Amino acid sequence: MTEMQKLYLLVPLAPLAGAVIAGLFGWLIGRAASHWVTILSVAISFVASVVIFQDVLAGHTFNGSVYTWLTTGDTRFEVGFLIDRLTTVMMLVVTFVSLMVHIYTIGYMRDDPGYQRFFSYISLFTFSMLMLVMANNFVQLFFGWEAVGLVSYLLIGFWYTRPTAIYANLKAFLVNRVGDFGFLLGIGLVLAHFGTLQYDAVFARAPEMMNATIELIPGSPWMLMTVICILLFIGAMGKSAQFPLHVWLPDSMEGPTPISALIHAATMVTAGIFMVARMSPLFELSDTALSVVMVVGAITALFMGFLGVIQNDIKRVVAYSTLSQLGYMTVALGASAYSVAIFHLMTHAFFKALLFLAAGSVIMGMHHDQDIRNMGGLRKYMPITWITALIGSLALIGTPFLSGFYSKDSIIEAVGLSHLPGSGFAYFAVVAGVFVTAFYSFRMYFLVFHGKERFQSHAAHGDHGHGGKPHESPWVVTLPLILLAIPSAVIGYITIQPMLFGDYFQGAIFVSGNHPAMQELMHEFHGAFSMAIHALTTLPFWLALAGAGTAWFFYMKRPDIPEAIKQRFSLIYSVLERKYGFDEFNDWFFAGGARLIGRSLWKGGDVAVIDGFFVNGTARMIGWFSTLTRRLQSGYIYHYTFAMIIGVFVLMTLFVKG
Amino acid sequence: MFAGLSLLSLVIWVPIAAGVAVLATGSDRNAGLARVLALIGALAGFALSLPLYTQFDTLQAGMQFVEISPWIETFKVTYHLGVDGISVLFILLTTFTTVLVVIAGWNVIEKRVAQYMAAFLFMSGLMNGVFAALDAVLFYVFWEAMLIPMFLIIGIWGGPNRVYAAVKFFLYTLLGSLLMLVAFIYLYTKGGTFEILDFHRLPLTLTEQILIFFAFFMAFAVKVPMWPVHTWLPDAHVEAPTGGSVVLAAIMLKMGAYGFLRLSLPIVPDASHALSGFMITLSLIAVVYIGLVALAQTDMKKLIAYSSISHMGFVTLGFFIFNAYGIEGALVQMISHGFISAAMFLSVGVLYDRMHSRMIADYGGVANRMPIFAAFFVLFAMANSGLPGTSGFVGEFMVIMGVVKVNFWYAFLAAATLIFGAAYTLWMVKRVVFGAVANDHVEHLKDVTPREFLVLGLLAVAVLGMGLYPLPFTEVMHHSVNNLLSHVAQSKL
Repeated sequence: MTEMQKLYLLVPLAPLAGAVIAGLFGWLIGRAASHWVTILSVAISFVASVVIFQDVLAGHTFNGSVYTWLTTGDTRFEVGFLIDRLTTVMMLVVTFVSLMVHIYTIGYMRDDPGYQRFFSYISLFTFSMLMLVMANNFVQLFFGWEAVGLVSYLLIGFWYTRPTAIYANLKAFLVNRVGDFGFLLGIGLVLAHFGTLQYDAVFARAPEMMNATIELIPGSPWMLMTVICILLFIGAMGKSAQFPLHVWLPDSMEGPTPISALIHAATMVTAGIFMVARMSPLFELSDTALSVVMVVGAITALFMGFLGVIQNDIKRVVAYSTLSQLGYMTVALGASAYSVAIFHLMTHAFFKALLFLAAGSVIMGMHHDQDIRNMGGLRKYMPITWITALIGSLALIGTPFLSGFYSKDSIIEAVGLSHLPGSGFAYFAVVAGVFVTAFYSFRMYFLVFHGKERFQSHAAHGDHGHGGKPHESPWVVTLPLILLAIPSAVIGYITIQPMLFGDYFQGAIFVSGNHPAMQELMHEFHGAFSMAIHALTTLPFWLALAGAGTAWFFYMKRPDIPEAIKQRFSLIYSVLERKYGFDEFNDWFFAGGARLIGRSLWKGGDVAVIDGFFVNGTARMIGWFSTLTRRLQSGYIYHYTFAMIIGVFVLMTLFVKG
Repeated sequence: MFAGLSLLSLVIWVPIAAGVAVLATGSDRNAGLARVLALIGALAGFALSLPLYTQFDTLQAGMQFVEISPWIETFKVTYHLGVDGISVLFILLTTFTTVLVVIAGWNVIEKRVAQYMAAFLFMSGLMNGVFAALDAVLFYVFWEAMLIPMFLIIGIWGGPNRVYAAVKFFLYTLLGSLLMLVAFIYLYTKGGTFEILDFHRLPLTLTEQILIFFAFFMAFAVKVPMWPVHTWLPDAHVEAPTGGSVVLAAIMLKMGAYGFLRLSLPIVPDASHALSGFMITLSLIAVVYIGLVALAQTDMKKLIAYSSISHMGFVTLGFFIFNAYGIEGALVQMISHGFISAAMFLSVGVLYDRMHSRMIADYGGVANRMPIFAAFFVLFAMANSGLPGTSGFVGEFMVIMGVVKVNFWYAFLAAATLIFGAAYTLWMVKRVVFGAVANDHVEHLKDVTPREFLVLGLLAVAVLGMGLYPLPFTEVMHHSVNNLLSHVAQSKL
């Protein structure tokens, strides 16, 4: 094993070791030791990732096996790593955000009795996520995929005495399982038709499968690649919370805020995006699948944004914003702009983690009140949180020169150049989404940090008993905010050239010649600076400005207007309030329906028919029959004699006849 | 006294001899001695079974550790033992589970301790006999004899409705196996031998094959159990003491599946092919129908019992698609289910010993008072839901992969377990383990004792170990499974 290979192993194993130590021996080594050991392990992982990144930049990619997990038939299933330029981007993002969240947690979870358990979980998550992104085959991908789901389940339900939390984590797990159901079938089809689950072998053989068909319904052949890609994408829809499997993500906010930042914004939910980008050699072969991807993403991007507008819980606003941004990434995938999707994934990881952690800081400052209607004017009390949150919000809405601008604008441009069916709608959705994003982001920003201080009256009867005024958070909280604010501001400017238009993703992402959006985009690109200047004259910029301006006007100047709108359009409002009715429908139709069918099959099938009729019925019949035969054995001589005579008579008749 | 006996004889007779010794301790005044003797016997059985794995030649497809001597010469019945890659792992599973059961029953069982422990030791030896027997009569004797201790365990140490459950269990399984005996006798009249391996080579017409298939089917389908002859299982589990449930789920159910593989498939290959659609249909009904029924359960043991039936559906499904993924996946699933169902029943046992209730509604918020137990329970629940990294995933994954090759829609239905399995298991976890402390009884719960920790810990290691590195398990079975597949592919007509 070379030095680099040892380093590859170190990246996931260090957080695993940290998780095991904090998880099994946390009670023994205490709180401080638990956070030190996990922080150290993630820091090691981050540093190793940086070293590997430089090595990969120098041209050393790696694709190899660590051990053979299983062999069956003539197939070997390996556990192994694929270290290329796509992987290293993900490794850097995951380990960096994870490190920030680990540090932040020291402050956020300070008083929680489950302190060690929490650190153990987030380190375990880091391990799982790294296994997912570093996989060189589908089985390991699926392992990481489900393992992050497990940790997400554990963390959403971290405060397991809360009924809402344990409802939310079960829901999250089951909705994700629906996605995984499709994902696993997709993997099954890959194995059945390619005979292997190693990425390199599958991708190499993919082009010859381009025209292969499969008859799922006899007589109607479908393109094999379309079926495979859509099944795989169903997995992505679960994990990356795409419509209609988005329902679990808003509820996941029941978990502690640090994990909302790490898992439900920056990393885990982007696993689906990463997966599709990784599978680009497959998706490129099916225009139909790409269209589906684009339309699903567009619906998510626009309609989930609307829901952000009416939320009053600070975390839920950010959660719906995350849904909407994941939709943007998905649209980019559908437009074959995989590199743009990953680019947005990266910038979003920074600014959305920042926004969540800032929201957490606000929640701490507000003594665990999350309702933005009770906030206002916090900029005076929490200056660092305020400035960093402002940077995050500006990045999110796509302010020129900030990171979000470069990634989001590229998505809009790429979709505009796509010719697939559905691209018209997708273009409209992502452009309109800019206004919506700016509106809800700055609605929240103004309500929290500006305007009247509405918390005075509230905090007076707060039950925490430690003072009324909000306060700035300790350094362990503000330091991660600052460290995340820096890339949120500048990472786009620095990296757009190599990531989108250079050859950074050469060999890791495949784009077919039929989908030239990125090629055309490249002709229009003349450097990061001129891109930002040019944007000032384009529609998205003005929409963003209008959104932020409207928010200011509505919530700072004329708070009566949103109230009036709410009254005037109460129907629309209530549709949004009920989140388009998905939760109610799912609870009634799927959860209730399954329970009803289960009970009917049990009471009707098992208890009534099988046991009642056949099993106990047989027993009864034997009982009845034996009662009958028992009557024959009456003990009276003349009964027996009579039977004998009849018998002799019958026998004689038979013999005489014969 | 064991001189001259081979390893396989030892794993059968040492536990039985130990059982006799335990019985000899007599009344409950010597309970302490009975427990120690039982543990020694169980550990000896486990230790004796280890060389079966370590000295097993994985490159060989045929029977190993073979032992043969005449028994009833008039009918050419022999005492013929041997294991191949298909059966060897089940002997290890049996001896391992026996150790767990003895430890788990340590001070939980207070009346008739010696008889209780002895029953499990007898059963352990007899079940090893089933897996090792290569003579049909010997197989049948072990098969039936094994019922008796289990019948007693349910009937004596069981719950309030134990007699109904014990009789239902006994009649169901006895009626099924009588037909198997008829089939054996028919095969003897055709071939003049009771050697199972000779049965494999015996030419049979399709009609004969189909009749024999159904005779075997009655015996094995009841044991697995397959839908619709499964209804004895939930009753038996509910009434059985924890140890009984563990052995029933972990090993006895595997007998039926093992029978399909050792007898049905190779003896009547053409009938097996002809009726594969029927078998697949029943298996898929087990996965989907039973998965939904499990969702509606209010009794934890019943829920796990239904979950077992659903998981065993994967086993029979894997057998009857006739490819290596399916059969090896099914075998892996059998072993894994041995670990997981044992763990689930032991976990429920831990709760039952404290609260004397199996009803989900009587619990809530157990994690507040029993955090270590909760960690185990969530781990096993995840394994039961087939989470990758646990053993529960491996078998289901392999079978689903095998089924996709055959028919996408079969796989579609089978994969529904991903959703149903998680739904019924985790919903139970939510209601039992999570939440605020539900009532005073939960308030006063004490966390696991060192003894319970040991048992659950061993199973946790097994579940994770097999999930992360299943290769050692499948390596053993490759050649035997390939051999079986090529045998089954050849028509006897």
